[in-house]
Amino acid sequence: MLDTLLSNYQEAVAMILFVIGFATLLFQRNLIRKLIGMNIMDAGLFLFLTSLGYINGRKPPIIEVQEAVADTYINPVPSGLVLTGIVVSVSVTAVMLSLSIRLYKRYHTLDMDEIYAMTLKEREEQD
Amino acid sequence: MDFVCSLPLFMIIASLFSGVLCLLLKKKAAYTLSSILLGFVTVSDAIVLYYTSVHSTFTYPMGEFPAPWGNEIRAGVLECIILLVFMIVLCCALPAGYKYLLQEVDETKHNLYCAILNLAVASVAALVFTNDIFTGYVFLEILTLASCGLMVATEVGRIVLAGVRYMIMNLLGSSLFLLGVVLLYGMTGHLLMVPLGQSLTEVAADPQMMLTITFAIGVLTIGLAIKSGLFPFYFWMPDTYGWSTPTTAAFMSSVVSKAYIFLLIKIYWRVVGMELMKDMPLHVILLVLGIGGVIIGSLSAIRTNDVNRMVAYSSAAQIGYIFMSMGIGGRAGYVAAILHLLGHSVTKSLLFLVTPRLEEISGNSMIFKDLQGSALRDRPSGFFFTVCSLSMTGVPAFAGFSSKLYILLAAWEVQSYAVFVAVIVALAVSTALNALYFIRTVIRIYSHSEKEEREAPAPRRHSPAYLIPAWTLVALNLFLGLFPAVTAGLIDSGFGMLL
Repeated sequence: MLDTLLSNYQEAVAMILFVIGFATLLFQRNLIRKLIGMNIMDAGLFLFLTSLGYINGRKPPIIEVQEAVADTYINPVPSGLVLTGIVVSVSVTAVMLSLSIRLYKRYHTLDMDEIYAMTLKEREEQD
Repeated sequence: MDFVCSLPLFMIIASLFSGVLCLLLKKKAAYTLSSILLGFVTVSDAIVLYYTSVHSTFTYPMGEFPAPWGNEIRAGVLECIILLVFMIVLCCALPAGYKYLLQEVDETKHNLYCAILNLAVASVAALVFTNDIFTGYVFLEILTLASCGLMVATEVGRIVLAGVRYMIMNLLGSSLFLLGVVLLYGMTGHLLMVPLGQSLTEVAADPQMMLTITFAIGVLTIGLAIKSGLFPFYFWMPDTYGWSTPTTAAFMSSVVSKAYIFLLIKIYWRVVGMELMKDMPLHVILLVLGIGGVIIGSLSAIRTNDVNRMVAYSSAAQIGYIFMSMGIGGRAGYVAAILHLLGHSVTKSLLFLVTPRLEEISGNSMIFKDLQGSALRDRPSGFFFTVCSLSMTGVPAFAGFSSKLYILLAAWEVQSYAVFVAVIVALAVSTALNALYFIRTVIRIYSHSEKEEREAPAPRRHSPAYLIPAWTLVALNLFLGLFPAVTAGLIDSGFGMLL
């Protein structure tokens, strides 16, 4: 068990990062911390993907000569997927940050529970 | 290759371009352009549906790379029929809810709203047609962002908060989905559904790998279940649907959550395969969670005293029906699930469009006691609400009844005593609960309040922009209810083509 974990240490670290990020996103009350958690979670996934594509002792997939042999290069597909994933992650972070700013401007706090309590109060006053 | 085969890709690209164009246009022009685009996508999808039902399914390779490497779009009867209903719902939801859009969304942001709506249409079409699970992930995220954008267009504090909560739950869901995709890719080296499925069957021959495969499919399922609001992940629903502007609520409850479920069904059939599904406990888990959703969703709907939240909670119950039907397993179970999905799309969108009209005439209050007599003040809306309530409860001749009947027949077909009893009990209890809260509301909106006794209500006139879409949805509901065999036959042939 320990041997398997040690020999696949990249994947193990990636999964630990994923779980840390997941728990932070789920359980933290502060919006910025939640966002940091989300980015850690995504980083864990990207590390996992990159390590899947990496093959020890091979070169990056940049073809310099015409008669290239596929066996000399690492798998480029996961790297492409990671790039796409990063773009998605950045846009999600941007949207979430803009929403956090809107909430902060209105309620002067980033604590989700406090904001929720304030929205309930607002509603009662309206009714 | 026929011209029709390029139409699915063209729908996606046209929606994206129209979205960008909307940013440059004024509010009325952006609305017109979006309406034209919705019409275009609906008509082209109907053409593709006709083409696939006459000929057969087709795949459209993107770029110059052939099957195992390139990206693909695939269209069959099932994909087309689902998108067709989604698009009809959207074509009805935009004009019928436009009045509230004008009131609730800031004037400078109308074109933005239309742009995001077009983006959402593009991602729904891509989710339905894609044959590649990573493309599925990307458009899943785009759809999440777009639907959050549609929600927070109404800049009220509580809606922004609901939007943030919706995003957080959806991000958890998408990351679990991505984890599943990455694990599947790691085991097989493929992303296209068909080669991935073939390779997965080979990998599954090794009993040691079964645990990893089950884990991968499991996290993928949980991810999509969170996003579509299956019990116990449904608590974001009432705020999200209940407070958004009617068009957004109709779109999110009828299209967005259903698109996620359809992606899951597609993955089950094309990637995992029904043979492999039998070796995993997934169907049982879906059945149990589905039944949980059906009962708990209905109970929550009974407890609330706010009509919007009641309608939203009933969505949780209906999503439960769909997952329960999938959990029955077998082709009949999935056909019933899709039938219920379509029926619920049509009914719930109309409910979200009608309820605000009843509230408006009751002094903009969502509380039940204020709604008393509202159907007498606004007869057409009262009628539409009643039709939807009857359909939701499962009265014969409406969509809700036929799909429940198909679910029951599917449960009978699997020939497992436990499954049949569980499904029939869940159906009986939930129908009773649905009747309790929907019929209770119908009686309330038709009973005279003191206000009516004092002054006779003036007849209320509605614009055709509201009446035509609402009647269309009623007609579609009756069609699904009276002739379910037509739709079920098409869906069944669609499942045959998925294999």
